[in-house]
Amino acid sequence: MNLTVLLWGIPQAMRMVAKLYPQYAARLKERNLIAQFRLRDKPEGRWIQLDDGKVRTGKGLHQKPDLTIHFKNRAIAENFLTPPFDLLERIDAAKNFKIGLDGPDELAVWFMQTLTQLETVTWKAGTDMGNGVMRYTNGTNSGPIFVYVKDGKILRTTPIDFDDQDAPSWSIDARGKTFKPTRRTTIATHGACLKSMVYSKNRILQPMKRVDFDPDGERNIQNRGKSKFVPISWDEATDIVVKEIKRAKAVGPGAVCVANGSHHQWGNLGHYLAAFNRFWNLVGVTKLMHTPDSWEGWFWGAMHHWGNSLRLGCPEFYGTVEDCLKEAEMIVFWSSDPDATYGFDGTERREWARQLGIKMVHIDPYLNHTAAHLGGKWISPKPGTDAAMAQALCHVWITEGLYDKKFVAERTVGFDEWKAYILGEADGIAKTPEWQQQETGVPARDVRALAREWGTKKTYIGAGGWGVGLGGAGRSPMGVQWARMITILGAMQGYGRPGSNFGNLQFGAPLDFNFYFPGYGEGSFSGEMVASANTANNYQRMPHILTMSSVRQTIPRMWFPEAITQGKAMGYLTDVASMQGQFFPFGYPSPGHVRVEMLYKYGSSSLGSQVESSRWIKAYQHESLKFVVNQSVWWEGETPFADVILPACTVFERWDIGEWYNVGAGFVHHMYSMNNHRVIALQHKVIEPLGESKSDYDIFLSIAEKLGLGAVYSEGGTSELDWCKRVFDSSDMSKRLSWREFLKKGYYVVPAEAEAARAPTANRWFYEGRKKDTPEPYPLPSDYKQDYGSGLQTPSGKFEFVASNLKRVDDPDRPPLNQYMPVYEDSKREPELAEFPLQLLSPHSRYPFHLMGDDEGSSLRDIREHRVLHEDGHYYLVARINRQDAEARGIRDDDLIRLWNNRASVVCAAQVTDRLRPGVVSASTASAEYRPAGEPGKSTDLGGCINMLNTSKPIAKKTHGIRPNTTLIQIEKWTGVDTWQPAEVA
Amino acid sequence: MAKKWNMIVDVARCDNCRVCFIAVKDEHNGNDFPGYAAAQPAQGHKWLDIQRKERGTYPMVDAHFMPTMCNHCDDAPCMKVARDGAVRKRDDGIVIIDPVKSKGQKQIVDACPYGTISWNEEQQIPQHWIFDAHLLDTGWTKTRAEQCCPTDVYRSVKVEDEEMQRIAAEEGLEVHRPELGTRPRVYYKNLHLITHCFVGGTVVTDIAGIEECAAGVEVVLSKDGREISRTSTDTFGEFKIDKLVPNSGDYHLEVSGAAGRFSGDFELGADSRYLGVIKLGAA
Repeated sequence: MNLTVLLWGIPQAMRMVAKLYPQYAARLKERNLIAQFRLRDKPEGRWIQLDDGKVRTGKGLHQKPDLTIHFKNRAIAENFLTPPFDLLERIDAAKNFKIGLDGPDELAVWFMQTLTQLETVTWKAGTDMGNGVMRYTNGTNSGPIFVYVKDGKILRTTPIDFDDQDAPSWSIDARGKTFKPTRRTTIATHGACLKSMVYSKNRILQPMKRVDFDPDGERNIQNRGKSKFVPISWDEATDIVVKEIKRAKAVGPGAVCVANGSHHQWGNLGHYLAAFNRFWNLVGVTKLMHTPDSWEGWFWGAMHHWGNSLRLGCPEFYGTVEDCLKEAEMIVFWSSDPDATYGFDGTERREWARQLGIKMVHIDPYLNHTAAHLGGKWISPKPGTDAAMAQALCHVWITEGLYDKKFVAERTVGFDEWKAYILGEADGIAKTPEWQQQETGVPARDVRALAREWGTKKTYIGAGGWGVGLGGAGRSPMGVQWARMITILGAMQGYGRPGSNFGNLQFGAPLDFNFYFPGYGEGSFSGEMVASANTANNYQRMPHILTMSSVRQTIPRMWFPEAITQGKAMGYLTDVASMQGQFFPFGYPSPGHVRVEMLYKYGSSSLGSQVESSRWIKAYQHESLKFVVNQSVWWEGETPFADVILPACTVFERWDIGEWYNVGAGFVHHMYSMNNHRVIALQHKVIEPLGESKSDYDIFLSIAEKLGLGAVYSEGGTSELDWCKRVFDSSDMSKRLSWREFLKKGYYVVPAEAEAARAPTANRWFYEGRKKDTPEPYPLPSDYKQDYGSGLQTPSGKFEFVASNLKRVDDPDRPPLNQYMPVYEDSKREPELAEFPLQLLSPHSRYPFHLMGDDEGSSLRDIREHRVLHEDGHYYLVARINRQDAEARGIRDDDLIRLWNNRASVVCAAQVTDRLRPGVVSASTASAEYRPAGEPGKSTDLGGCINMLNTSKPIAKKTHGIRPNTTLIQIEKWTGVDTWQPAEVA
Repeated sequence: MAKKWNMIVDVARCDNCRVCFIAVKDEHNGNDFPGYAAAQPAQGHKWLDIQRKERGTYPMVDAHFMPTMCNHCDDAPCMKVARDGAVRKRDDGIVIIDPVKSKGQKQIVDACPYGTISWNEEQQIPQHWIFDAHLLDTGWTKTRAEQCCPTDVYRSVKVEDEEMQRIAAEEGLEVHRPELGTRPRVYYKNLHLITHCFVGGTVVTDIAGIEECAAGVEVVLSKDGREISRTSTDTFGEFKIDKLVPNSGDYHLEVSGAAGRFSGDFELGADSRYLGVIKLGAA
């Protein structure tokens, strides 16, 4: 289109839209300015003046424009401005300086957003339900929901019941029955409680500054976590932050450090992998490398037997729902409680298995939620010792010939050495059921009975909550040994054989794995190319400007406190691309970089989520950490350990978009197969941000504008709603329905795959010795040893009973042959632990999501299995304790009890139970609150930060991984008087 | 005869996920529904609650959950103590405590033998689960609890009373504590998992000097010389006989398999009994 016409059209459109849409007329009144479009090579252009909402315009160049948008030449300008816009062309023009901006950054962003709103203001969202009620959609960390809104206030939220227009569901025929999932989404309590979280008394609603923090004078670093805060304006808050960023950057590369939780509110845009990463890549910061903390044993251990590095050492799951229902005779749940942590679509499928009479066995020191619900045999090994029980299963299989000899002979290596070890030929100790009984406390007869049942019936191993990974046993000091054993058990039974595989029906629903919608792990508009899965699809699908931090310093998150207090922290990479990536050491300080002076903490509470977390308090109060910002939605335990607090809003107060449980290629591929339906939701902005809170994106944008980065950060004034549209356009949804339809209805159900086109069953290709045919691009092509697609990622290309890759790292905790080594905390080996006789399990809670939902104002707090309201008006976190252990200490239900060791002391409310093995205590790492009885970090916590009790030692010597479960503690009734002190550090 | 609402709750399907518990709070926190219910306090009230019941002792234990809520009784004690018509029974069976007329009437809370009415301290009113009458009256076909329940614990049915009695008989439904005579409209399926006991044990035997689980062994439970139940042990030598009445006194157990026999007596108290390991004679 001709440039003269295009430029003439812009002010005409502004006038017309302002006439039709009052909100646009109001927008035009926000600023008075003169903006001008011009060519760089000729004195041609047009100016637009906004004056109290009036639009004036003139052809040619203005003498004193506030803002100039300049184009290299006419052709580029015409290409850039002619609708429909070609994003690739536009981005090419922007990043290669074919267009440019002169003028204040904030004004430029505002003006370009105003131009974009010419279209977006005409969009309509939500469904009118009558009586002034609008129904919108949103996403939670347990699934998409409807949100009913009246008079600018959230009325209610519900899971989604599908309608007749939504795509039909799949069905599976198994043993004469037809199973079809209920047409709805399911949610967990942390997804159901969000209205109470939005209107919580605990929301942070204005920017604040610590009363005794003076950026130009005395900072009183030692008072972090103790002093009160005073409200300040956004302008003052961002001024301080910008000044401190500049001050720290002047010190040297890496002085600014940013820290985020592992999760976020649902949605691709607001996620830390998007808005947060994009901003900090532009600033240049030291980042924290997370441990593979839900996967530990799988990542550091299991991977070396079979590869699967891009699944963090876990197996594939395609087709397993159908295969399990059709073929399996037994499911062994091992450290597996899917009903606790992963929503409830899989619960319906396990109900089908029960109807089919598939036997269930549950191995867990706690009769967990799934086990209690499904029924079946409960086996409760002493925490940490599961690997001994697994080795005894191997012993029975070997001595009684109950394993898949053909598979072992053709698809594996190292079995003879393994067999010799199990039979005791190597070390003189046969790993018999009687041998394991001394370790695990599980009767030898039960292990024999289980081994024979397993060896003669087609069995699925449901290991961990996913059935194909995770699990508390893998996060114990013995986690590496346990996860390695799971792979070995699978190999001895020929995994991939019909009915013999990995899974607990939680993953592997027969969905369409080719319909493209980006997972949050792809980073959305982050532009991050390395620390996200952006490059897998998103970068080609949704053109956007890449971002890259010039600072290369990374701190292992587990030892961030040591980095601050001791100036040194070394770890090993959570690198999933290959089996060797995890052998690379990295650390702090990095060459050429400087020590961290400033921390920008983004949501969550490390005091509840990180092991031995009182270390974080020491870091926060350390003199070297000169400035701390905390950007959060809610006031949580960690929030007051800051100098400036910035209030973020919830996902209901901003725009976002996301598919439930789609993490994305390159992170955890096709994770949405956990669901019965693929559901993509537009996450409507249903109310205005409460108080002075803002979306994370807008907070970063406002800081970026003061750094002159606003136009770059927002890619020329792109708003969150515009980004939603760009994500929509990048996905296959744009081929199936219009943006306006999606915006109105708010969700889309991806049609299930036709039966004949369903993904093949996981591992069947390997069992049958064929090339890989499951729809995941793993391993990387370079990791095949022979023909592309043939064999496993291991050095031999086969399953390795003796993991040869581990010969390449000298780690005494991970010998190539998976010997049984009791390394859990044990007073027999460590006499100084003699006064702590109880083993603590610290699982994820089933009620909050990690600690999201445990806000002090949340409706979740009334759940008696989560917290108990006491006479002092405080909700105490529940600790489950075996009845015999409770009786020995005079403890009854709901009594306040103190859990302590040398690291910490935490008060909980007792839940006395027979569902725990005697000697074991179970309390979830679910506290968003920290309530020290005295000095922070040096007194008893009444809030329930269980993780303070756990060790910060690594799961194996040459790893960066946690090992919380099985920590030794003592328990007594809480007297109300705190006399606890941390043990002197040796 | 008018069609009336009833709620059927299947105890066996409930796994205490607590989504319904939160949904009822979500519906009423911060929301006034004039004529139906005033807003519920942000925290503390449990109009719908879930009772936890553990049976047995380690290592043979089970756990069941019973959602409890206003029973919308046809002979409601709360109505009898209410003044000024503060509690009324609708034609569709739903009991409504009027949020205005009930002000100050704490005796309404005390009158409920099930303890399902909460006292709103701030507003000085009694409050209860209103069967989502405000939603049903505007076209909703399910209650909030029912709509959100991932394991389909709840089934609300609007039928004539005779039809409900037929359903109850056909499906073996019970009401909670029928002896109170309040005629609840909330019915339970598999209530024995809460109200009754099991007895269980583990049968083992030595084979070639090694202790093994004794599978497929016949177990007969009798009382006063009459056989009550007969079962056999599973792969792990375990047996479990359910639906025994608490505090029902002395029982006799006979275990017999190829490996030998065992017989013994035990007394059933208030709680379920795990009899421990029963060893049959050497083969």
